[in-house]
Amino acid sequence: MAIRSLASRRTLAGLKETSSRLLGLRSIQTFTLPDLPYDYSALEPAISGEIMQIHHQKHHQAYVTNYNNALEQLDQAVNKGDASTVVKLQSAIKFNGGGHVNHSIFWKNLAPVKEGGGEPPKGALGGAIDTHFGSLEGLVKKMSAEGAALQGSGWVWLGLDKELKTLVVDTTANQDPLVTKGGSLVPLVGIDVWEHAYYLQYKNVRPEYLKNVWKVINWKYASEVYEKECK
Amino acid sequence: SIIKEMAASSAVTADYVLKPPPYSLDALEPFMSRQTLEFHWGKHHRAYVDNLKKQVLGSDLEGKTLDHIILNTYNNGDLLPAFNNAAQAWNHEFFWESMKPGGGGKPSGELLALLERDFTSYEKFYDEFNAAAATQFGAGWAWLAYADNKLKVMKTPNAVNPLVLGSFPLLTIDVWEHAYYLDFQNRRPDYIKTFMNNLVSWEAVSSRLHAAKAASSSSA
Repeated sequence: MAIRSLASRRTLAGLKETSSRLLGLRSIQTFTLPDLPYDYSALEPAISGEIMQIHHQKHHQAYVTNYNNALEQLDQAVNKGDASTVVKLQSAIKFNGGGHVNHSIFWKNLAPVKEGGGEPPKGALGGAIDTHFGSLEGLVKKMSAEGAALQGSGWVWLGLDKELKTLVVDTTANQDPLVTKGGSLVPLVGIDVWEHAYYLQYKNVRPEYLKNVWKVINWKYASEVYEKECK
Repeated sequence: SIIKEMAASSAVTADYVLKPPPYSLDALEPFMSRQTLEFHWGKHHRAYVDNLKKQVLGSDLEGKTLDHIILNTYNNGDLLPAFNNAAQAWNHEFFWESMKPGGGGKPSGELLALLERDFTSYEKFYDEFNAAAATQFGAGWAWLAYADNKLKVMKTPNAVNPLVLGSFPLLTIDVWEHAYYLDFQNRRPDYIKTFMNNLVSWEAVSSRLHAAKAASSSSA
């Protein structure tokens, strides 16, 4: 996830930084849209290049922009001690910050077939999936069913419960990150089931999108996260 | 109760029927494409109706009217299973009838007077309605509604509608992404403006307002 100050604000940030330090205040870190590690069309035919481009350049970018705006407003409200504005901003931060967090994970959850997309997980994660869900097919069936049944917008997740040391399948509404369902949950694989994730290609047939997305799921990344969190 | 009277007197009577819009599927072009209507009405709305029928079969909701199911499954927000299909069936029929070919623009007469009374000006109403539709996060609807003798703008998530919130719906715009994605992709604000400028049926809104006032006064 690329985190760096917005270029156009570098000079202003410098002045702000000085005066902030004089006043004993922090300056905030803003966010930028992470690059995709593959071309927009690289996930075809599972996900069209048209969808990938709009999803990344329009939807994710909007979350980043709006998150930065909310953070700026939050910073000012915190510095002024304006508690009710701080609280009022929480939903904008959850929506847009959540959108940025979730989509940043999503792009890493996907990979072109020629870079391992769709290849089943091996090693520790593969074993854990078999233990908890019987087989990869069992996990896929469960996640696809829960994703299809989700009303409105949201995500379906495979997560690791760090405390209980189990794998869990869960859904979140809108852009709520998985951690909102449990403080010890670590997202391994998230599948976006907002209509913008599939509509141009699959229209109303969300189950068809869910059937095909598994062909480009990057289990190598999920395994890395799993092994790191299990240490 | 007044809510039951409001629901009963509303123009939507779809009791598990997929009613076609009061215009052909290409009649709203170029503002809303035929392709959108084919999917939105022909697939999404149809599925809510078909799934509702299957869902209530053999249950104590079988044979009940649509508005009865909606009011009884809302359960103060802790939604019972049939709510989504029932409310979405209702919402979509209400939505088609909120639009017409050659619609949009400023209303006149009594409706304009009331908008000016309750929003200061039509422009202020327009801005407030647009903002509600643009800021309903995720899936949902924006509404012009009537309650306590006043017009107000509301926004609701997913399938929720003003009926379950004690208000009489007068106008709605669907802001689920499936409503605008084929024509506008991510550009929801453009879709909302197009709806307001070119699609709203103020005749439908006026007749719903008359029904709302009649229902209110008969329950006073």
